[in-house]
Amino acid sequence: MSVRSRTPTSADAVPAAPELRDAVDPRGLRLAAALTALVLAVVLLTGSGWLLGAQAVVFALGVVDRSPYGWLFRRLVRPRLGPPAELEDARPPRFAQGVGLAFALAGVVGFLLGSEVLALTATAAALAAAFLNAAFGVCLGCELYLVIRRAFHRDAGHERTATPQTNTHPHSNQEVSL
Amino acid sequence: MPVPGLVALVGALAAACLVALWLRRAPRRLQSAPSPSPRASDVELLGTSELGAELGERATLVQFSTAFCQPCRATRRILDDVARAVPGVAHIEVDAESHLELVRRLDIRRTPTVLVLDEAGRVVRRASGQPRKVDVLQALDAAVS
Repeated sequence: MSVRSRTPTSADAVPAAPELRDAVDPRGLRLAAALTALVLAVVLLTGSGWLLGAQAVVFALGVVDRSPYGWLFRRLVRPRLGPPAELEDARPPRFAQGVGLAFALAGVVGFLLGSEVLALTATAAALAAAFLNAAFGVCLGCELYLVIRRAFHRDAGHERTATPQTNTHPHSNQEVSL
Repeated sequence: MPVPGLVALVGALAAACLVALWLRRAPRRLQSAPSPSPRASDVELLGTSELGAELGERATLVQFSTAFCQPCRATRRILDDVARAVPGVAHIEVDAESHLELVRRLDIRRTPTVLVLDEAGRVVRRASGQPRKVDVLQALDAAVS
């Protein structure tokens, strides 16, 4: 590296390690997404509004961290695996469950009204998102979050979810484990 | 409704695969920012007032994040490492949601988006998505030279 500084400052702000207030095992999330995709695929193939309703309930439980799929993972799968290499922030997947819930409810309304187009489109959208997560580890709702917020822009200078952090490390040997 | 259902199923899976491909293909390299136009007014200039933190002496890595962003944590770690290893470089993380004005001005659509500022606060490189450490180091080299 050809970058050199002449005057290293020693006043080193305490590096704000991002504390994970609630963390989840990413493998549980992948399993939950796979089960969700499976259920939604069955909904499409059978045209069962009831099954979609059940999945909507699962989404709703996921929003409040009570997902039965998560419970299955902790009870049946997790004990057979080693500890996770890394935990993930629980907020993105929780948000995604909310997005899934919105689509599932739209689908249920479609089934109730007898609108095949609405029912199938909404279910297919939810399936696509769940499959993306299960197969590729991509959280579609999370990717779209900023775009959506930008579209409904009203500057929220006061409400901040994660305060900006500054980590200046001009000349420090301090090790921080995140 | 088995036939339309089957069509919807296949369509959903195909669409998901396309989205995954598109996201993978999205440039992770830090690209020269943003327009090659030499007009000085086109160059974005960022300072302490916008970012809420001091710029680095030689260069600054600005990371836009949101609470619902999975790769932001890994990106933060990479940039922290770089800021620690390279003297005179600061890492500033900005919560995109509470700076929507700035997000619009800089046309930031994904998190994380990483901007590399030179010592004056000019945006010289940018990358959307999680950057690789080598690319960040390379971009820094370009920023301070």
